[in-house]
Amino acid sequence: MAIEVRIPTILRTYTGGQKSVEGSGATLEELFADLDGRYEGLRERLIDESGVRRFVNVYLNDEDVRFLGGLSAPVSDGDTVTVLPAVAGGAR
Amino acid sequence: MRYQSLLDTVGGTPLVGLPRLSPGPGVRLWAKLEDRNPTGSVKDRAAAYMVAAAEKDGLLHPGSVILEPTSGNTGISIALVARLRGYQLICVLPENTSAERRMLLEAYGASIVSSPAAGGSNEAVRVAKNLAAEHPDWVMLYQYGNEANARAHYETTGPELLADLPEITHFVAGLGTSGTLMGTGRFLREHVPGVQIVAAEPRYGELVYGLRNLSEGFVPELYDESVLTSRFSVSSADALRRTRELLSDEGMFAGISSGCVLHAALGLAAKAQAAGQRADIALIIADAGWKYLSTGAYGGTLAEAEARLEGQLWA
Repeated sequence: MAIEVRIPTILRTYTGGQKSVEGSGATLEELFADLDGRYEGLRERLIDESGVRRFVNVYLNDEDVRFLGGLSAPVSDGDTVTVLPAVAGGAR
Repeated sequence: MRYQSLLDTVGGTPLVGLPRLSPGPGVRLWAKLEDRNPTGSVKDRAAAYMVAAAEKDGLLHPGSVILEPTSGNTGISIALVARLRGYQLICVLPENTSAERRMLLEAYGASIVSSPAAGGSNEAVRVAKNLAAEHPDWVMLYQYGNEANARAHYETTGPELLADLPEITHFVAGLGTSGTLMGTGRFLREHVPGVQIVAAEPRYGELVYGLRNLSEGFVPELYDESVLTSRFSVSSADALRRTRELLSDEGMFAGISSGCVLHAALGLAAKAQAAGQRADIALIIADAGWKYLSTGAYGGTLAEAEARLEGQLWA
């Protein structure tokens, strides 16, 4: 089973510079735990006791997981998870 | 139609169907043309309301300096109001925004302070907050946290949509300050049971996300997640593709954030179509394509255009 997880520049120190890594799990929580096994410390940058960290956005197939059940969002083979820092964004 | 002066023409924008892009007769897309505002963007609504609120609160006097972190549209909108009401405007603008925006701001008489490209608008907000602290007499309207921004949409955009499209099922807009989504979203939720409020968020190149650490992240103070039904991240590739489709299929020359919004709307439309459900999806065209011509978004191949957008704040 392979789920692609895209890592923002700021967190690539945890993945040895890789911008994309693969993991497995039935839920986002399991996926992050799986990744943490190979990329120690990554999980803690993404999650705190309330769930996904405030200034971190996680998208499952481009949809913000906060609207898909957060850490209990189900993930499947072939899904793409994208992690991005929260930014003020553009043209306002 | 007749108006007393330009500022009276804010809002009241047309809602225009997209018959060629809509998947079928039961699932229809409707574009609200916010480029039909005095300075050509949806921000004219927020600027009018924020300045009016500041005047009402006694913060602004003739010659007052207004300061704002903005990568363009809000600055241009405030510049118009400032010009006509006798205020000065200083904009903090990330370096990597299109030339047209800077030129327009200066043409309206605004001064520009540039913030570094890396870190994008987060950095502009930081620089502006520092400047505001150094100059307590300057007025920072602060679009990211100013309730008048969201209120503009609660009181104008939302009611206009309901009047034009009482059968609305989905509302899709770009996510920036979140003013449009929060204000319009709250209004529609109060009046239309089951309506879906969907955010389309631009996904930029890596440079824009180059923060020193994650705690430097930024969530607009106006943002209230509970108002949204869903939030989508849209790549510049998809936004560009859809912006071009909007032009080629419907003849609408829109800015790139509109492509971003259309992409999310088409996803919702496809979902409704597949489920055999009726849908009337209203989407915001925040501005027209004029300010983005120099980005090369409308010419050459999609791959070339995408490469040119890398590192730019295109929404």
